[in-house]
Amino acid sequence: MSDQLAYLDHAATTPLRPEARAAMLPWLGERFGNPSGAHRVARAARQAVDEARDAVAEVVGCRPGEVVFTGGGTEADNLAVRGVHAARPGPVLCSAVEHEAVLRPVAEVGGSTVPVDARGVIDLEALEARLTADTTLVSVMVANNEVGTVQPVGAVAEVVHRRAPTASVHADAVQATSWLPLPDLLAGIDLVSVSSHKVGGPQGVGALVVRGGTPIRALALGGGQERELRSGTHDVAGIVGFAAALRATLAAQDRTAARVRALRDRLADGLLDAVPGAVETGPGRDERLPGALHVCLPGVESEALLFLLDEAGVCASAASACASGAQQASHVLAAMGVPADRARGALRLTVGWSTTDAEVDHALAAVPAAVARLQGVPA
Amino acid sequence: MKVLAALSGGVDSSVAAARLLAQGHEVVGVTMKLWGGESDSGCCSVSDVDDARRVAQQLGIAHHVWNFGDEFEQRVVEPYVDAHRRGVTPNPCIECNRHLKFDRLLRRAEAVGVDAVATGHHARVVERPDGTRRLARGADAAKDQSYVLYVLGQAELARTLLPVGDMTKDQVRAEAEAMGLRTADKPDSQDVCFITSTRGRQGFLGRRIELRPGRIVDETGRDVGSVDAVELVTVGQRRGLGLPGGGAPRYVVDVDVPATTVRVGPESDLMEDRVVLEQVVWAAGPVAGRVDAQCSAHGAPRPAVVEPGGGSGAVVRFDEPHRRVAVGQSVVLYQGDEVAGGGIVAPRRSPR
Repeated sequence: MSDQLAYLDHAATTPLRPEARAAMLPWLGERFGNPSGAHRVARAARQAVDEARDAVAEVVGCRPGEVVFTGGGTEADNLAVRGVHAARPGPVLCSAVEHEAVLRPVAEVGGSTVPVDARGVIDLEALEARLTADTTLVSVMVANNEVGTVQPVGAVAEVVHRRAPTASVHADAVQATSWLPLPDLLAGIDLVSVSSHKVGGPQGVGALVVRGGTPIRALALGGGQERELRSGTHDVAGIVGFAAALRATLAAQDRTAARVRALRDRLADGLLDAVPGAVETGPGRDERLPGALHVCLPGVESEALLFLLDEAGVCASAASACASGAQQASHVLAAMGVPADRARGALRLTVGWSTTDAEVDHALAAVPAAVARLQGVPA
Repeated sequence: MKVLAALSGGVDSSVAAARLLAQGHEVVGVTMKLWGGESDSGCCSVSDVDDARRVAQQLGIAHHVWNFGDEFEQRVVEPYVDAHRRGVTPNPCIECNRHLKFDRLLRRAEAVGVDAVATGHHARVVERPDGTRRLARGADAAKDQSYVLYVLGQAELARTLLPVGDMTKDQVRAEAEAMGLRTADKPDSQDVCFITSTRGRQGFLGRRIELRPGRIVDETGRDVGSVDAVELVTVGQRRGLGLPGGGAPRYVVDVDVPATTVRVGPESDLMEDRVVLEQVVWAAGPVAGRVDAQCSAHGAPRPAVVEPGGGSGAVVRFDEPHRRVAVGQSVVLYQGDEVAGGGIVAPRRSPR
């Protein structure tokens, strides 16, 4: 086992930002309170949650009252899809490259998927063709979690509102939050999912933005918190940490994006140089998230590669992992038309706010060495 | 040595990994994800993977889950289903060992620089003075699994460790208990991992192939009964045929799936003194002469003489006539405690 560590799995989760930790600590210590109460301790907790709500509203570009705190991105996606469908049953569509947190609820309510092109970008003509006047919800992610493709969500909203004026549009912004100016992108979007731990906040917290007038029903009933949409006592420490992480992210977004992009480009160029036959997946780098790198490496299997990289101290991933931790064939690559034999050698390296030059150097040494080792042994 | 411990989530592989660590090896745990469908005993349910991971955590070793589901479906499940469609009685555990555990996993292990793969099977690998290796029976006769491992040749034996093969099951459990391993009193896995006890073989096969009712005839061709699914009837079977009691026991002596006909007869119609094997695997080259032939996972070894045939065939002649072994089953040939080879019962050339 190597002592050196290169954490290149920021799309899976990011380390906690110091700002988030600092904001949370009082709420893990002397401060506490149920924000729904009627006394000073409760009021103080309520104020912390309300201030956090402002931070989410700012990053998404909505009114604070439109922010519904949830237990994470998956819950936000579920609330969006199942909540809208419960309020207004009807045809539901999503892109074929959505996260399972959208795909599975969409499948459960009888919805269907819209194909993407070889870059992973949703086919707007196919979307238009499938929209009907009674479509109630269309869900398209702002950026993909496996290859990082940024979707034209504004154009999606335009098409939907033209063809299905009463349909709501949901955008899963979980991967995009750190990197893209969401208020510009989300014009015409009715529901937006964000997640804390993808932006340097704690795990287990997220939010669904529900624009005023969007028909939606709660999934969990109880005390009626979050304007009746998400009952349950608030995770005050988590929400406070989420907000602090968002503020820190926003304050340095351009600078961090430029630095991360440069690291990602150096990593990509280095790998493509060092591994003959390696193919970068997805659209051009400018059309992807700054930290996203997905490559298909010839003559290797992802699981074996991840095993060797783990031993070398490189934390990476392939496709999505199921509950047991086993790798599964990627529905994203399949939807993009990546041939199955190429997809077998998929490797996702995602750079983020904490990534250093030394980590990229380490990966640039370890990945080609691991690939060479695997290619050298006849299967 | 760097060893990959194949952790199924059961007590045997848990103790196997622990013993390797105690012996000073560098150990990494891997659980194979083979089956994504229903399972209750199996080796791949999420809770079994959980147990494997928790054991790895307790032992302080890395744990990976490798998904070989496609190969399992292709190499084990599909042939299993197809065999029933043809009226043949397959042994999926042997095919899993042949194609998954001691091929796919072994090759993957070699590719990532691991020297050997260890499993929790109750069998031993012994080295002969000439440097060749043999698979031998496990110390616990009741738990011996050498029968399902006969497919291992020299290449596989050289890279296989069976750390609990010299222990009894009670010793394994006691050792697990002493180490506080959470799998210490986990029940043994039962039967075929991808067949659930609630749905059974019929439920599983019924979703993949058409199960057809058939008639039961006796040696004179007279109709004596019927079965729900000829695909589920095995030569040698006596129970579950719904035949009237009394008189001499009636056994299935032939299953003609295309004709949906099951023929029954007295035990004497079932007795044979020879069996022809195909796909024979020899531990270290063909062996001719006296062996003990074992015809099922826990069947008694029977004295016999083996004669290697052309290609990968062999003929086994039993000293005493033996109730016929169903086509598709494996016969494993022992010399003392050691496996000399084994093969699959070939289809009978001409039905009597």
